[in-house]
Amino acid sequence: MICFPAPDSGLLAKRDAIVAGLRQLLPDTSVIAEPLRLKAYETDAFTAYRQTPLAVALPSTTAEVSRVLRFASEQGVNVVPRGAGTSLSGGAIPAADAIVVGLGKFNRILDIDYANRCVVAQSGVTNLALSHAVAERGFYYAPDPSSQIACTIGGNVAENSGGVHCLKYGLTTHNVLGVELVLPDGEVLRIGGRHLDSGHYDLLGLTVGSEGLIGIVTEVTVRILRRPQTARALLIGFAGIEDAGAAVAGIIAAGIIPAGMELMDRPAIHAAEDFVHAGYPLDVEALVIVELDGPEVEVDLLIERVSAMAERHGAVSCRASTSEAERLRFWAGRKAAFPAVGRISPDYFCMDGTIPRGELPRVLAAIGEMSERYGLRVANVFHAGDGNLHPLILYDANRPGELDKAEEFGNEILKLCVDAGGVLTGEHGVGIEKRDLMTYQFSEADLEQQHRVKRAFDPGLRFNPGKVFPSLHRCAEQGREHVHAGAARFPDLPRF
Amino acid sequence: MQPGSGIRPASTDELVEALCRDARPLAVRGLGSKRAIGRSIDAEPLDLSALEGVVDYRPAELVLTARAGTRLAAIEALLAEHGQRLAFEPPDLGKLLGANGNGGGGTLGGVLAANLSGSRRISAGAARDHFLGVTAVDGRGALFRAGGKVVKNVTGYDLPKLLAGSWGTLAVMSEVTLKVVPSAETERTLILPDREPAAAVATLTAALGSAHEVSSAGFDPWRGSLLRLEGLKLSVAARAQALLRELGSPDVEILEGPASREAWSSLAGGEALAGWPVVWRISVPPADATRVLRAIEPERYLLDWGGGLILAAYDTVDAARVRSALGDGHALLLKAPADSRTCRLHPPGAAVGQALERVRDAFDPDRRLNPGRMD
Repeated sequence: MICFPAPDSGLLAKRDAIVAGLRQLLPDTSVIAEPLRLKAYETDAFTAYRQTPLAVALPSTTAEVSRVLRFASEQGVNVVPRGAGTSLSGGAIPAADAIVVGLGKFNRILDIDYANRCVVAQSGVTNLALSHAVAERGFYYAPDPSSQIACTIGGNVAENSGGVHCLKYGLTTHNVLGVELVLPDGEVLRIGGRHLDSGHYDLLGLTVGSEGLIGIVTEVTVRILRRPQTARALLIGFAGIEDAGAAVAGIIAAGIIPAGMELMDRPAIHAAEDFVHAGYPLDVEALVIVELDGPEVEVDLLIERVSAMAERHGAVSCRASTSEAERLRFWAGRKAAFPAVGRISPDYFCMDGTIPRGELPRVLAAIGEMSERYGLRVANVFHAGDGNLHPLILYDANRPGELDKAEEFGNEILKLCVDAGGVLTGEHGVGIEKRDLMTYQFSEADLEQQHRVKRAFDPGLRFNPGKVFPSLHRCAEQGREHVHAGAARFPDLPRF
Repeated sequence: MQPGSGIRPASTDELVEALCRDARPLAVRGLGSKRAIGRSIDAEPLDLSALEGVVDYRPAELVLTARAGTRLAAIEALLAEHGQRLAFEPPDLGKLLGANGNGGGGTLGGVLAANLSGSRRISAGAARDHFLGVTAVDGRGALFRAGGKVVKNVTGYDLPKLLAGSWGTLAVMSEVTLKVVPSAETERTLILPDREPAAAVATLTAALGSAHEVSSAGFDPWRGSLLRLEGLKLSVAARAQALLRELGSPDVEILEGPASREAWSSLAGGEALAGWPVVWRISVPPADATRVLRAIEPERYLLDWGGGLILAAYDTVDAARVRSALGDGHALLLKAPADSRTCRLHPPGAAVGQALERVRDAFDPDRRLNPGRMD
């Protein structure tokens, strides 16, 4: 059970005045205060929890964001930034005493600059729209979180989002050149730009992955890359998940960095195959998808090398895509794995720990044992190449106690990741979900150092309260209201 | 550890002790290879060269943990034994700075503290991009860890990024974890006969905008435009051929393997500029390079990063001229007479400047770590 900080009753009592104040700063249509319309903002993709905010502000310019934040600062009101609301860690779940500042109107691409190989966009532009905007010249934006048709580049910056291809092309932090950041007091900072490496303290690096705790990003400059000439995928079946884990570690150890390397276990394979009929083998315990990209001669050679390596690690089946259609079919099941699992269980939690690759076999075996002990099924679908696990814990929230049991199971998995030399979250963020486990990975002194940085930007601790830092005083009882069986948000989005 | 002659901790505990003993200002240093960068400061030396040694290196994980004072050369030799390297290719500025062989490439901690990256920066990322985790002691003497020992990690603030490029003014690093990568099977450099910066930047831009995975792109007006391809032999050969076809250049010099490596280490190390007393390291949007060069008129210059990095040499410091020429960008006064009072870093705007000061307060409120070195 995750607790929210108890709301400030003084702020709740001032609600009407706060809404009236916002309406003086923004056009009427940009302020939402009606209970029914506020419902749309109660949660994000971490749907087990929800909170109704005081109000929602939808500014459309940086100057408006600045005015809203200055007003919030004067009034002492909390602020929760929000992009598309696709956070899997509850990063955009409101606080009851907060204004949600939604960036939905920041939806314009401002400049496509091929000479400097970058795109400047407002922060509410979706991840995929960036790639679409430069596709005609053969370019793309590399980080590809699975929610990329909906998630915004501003949200990607806040969470340092990854995706299948970050194994080779890096996370958001490696692909962002600059941001415009509005601080909690309304001050506007321009950080970075179309050049590399500012020379001062890396405020850009700090902003990326700060989970909406130090300000609101209104504009982002990203670097773009040329699309690789070719891409082919291998679909490799194993009789045991440990073999699959060892093969993954072996491929990287041999000096090959594939564009993507994903692993699914038997429950995930079957769920995906039943759902999208990707042609996956059903008689294997684990399936590894390896994508190789680059010039054709290189890709063909690496396909051979990886196939041979898979065989040495006991692969029972191995198919290489021979056409673009086949490559996409290989991926179709993987991309549909989360919703596919949603079909075989009323509810699931998605974990996100990262471990050293060499620990994959041991950790996967331990998760299997836990699954039996908790009496809850697990489907494993994850970014094996960089050791980023996504065990999906299947449960039914309608059964009394099962949600708590699932949370406890998830916590045990994440602690195991830390014990194995890894971390709590590889790409989904801490949010509220993993907040209370931060003390397991970090000492008090470690967290205090991070918190000093937080206070340097947000001395009043008003930005995204209750997230990331486990500094709870009292616990509010409202908060958890379960979303169940198909009522999940964005059920049609592929999830990785 | 003898007071007066500097402090030389040999463990993290001794480092904490050294910082907690009193509140004196400290001049943080490794092997002194970059001491010529920045102003000389009047503070007791804190010598990290005894904080030395690899703590953990598992080649299959592509991750290495070492004490911050470990010599870069030792790290690079160890990685090479396992067919790996630091992707960001830290430049050796020894010849340029005239540090008299003082530590060569310096220490691992020093490379990170300066966030110095070589020619592969444009394709593989900067030092900061490979800096995964850190154990450090801040100006108050508080020990903290941040980041982790895995590549994919978004747990907590990315404090390693803040320490990268902080020139030792936020915290003293004790132990660092880096991402390492497999070395390329081979590399080849194509030298095209450009002589003017506008033509050169056009060549570099066309090459970097191609699908042929050019890993480095630079220009030396005395030599021409340099384009590097790295990877599997047959892939490099195929890409080189396709790239030349695309660029349509008839007259090309080709450097293979060691000669190619040497060309890039010389370029990134600014060796051709070693004879000048003043050198600026200027980061600009690549398409601005030609305009900026016209405005700053250096005696001699080199371009790297596809035009995005200008190394500009002069006889004297004319900061106003260099700094006023930039739009987006940053001009670091890399080499200058020790008594030059010019601020080494590019002055930030007021709002960013305040944010930077607050970050510094969060780590070193009394400004005792390398005070005034880069200000």
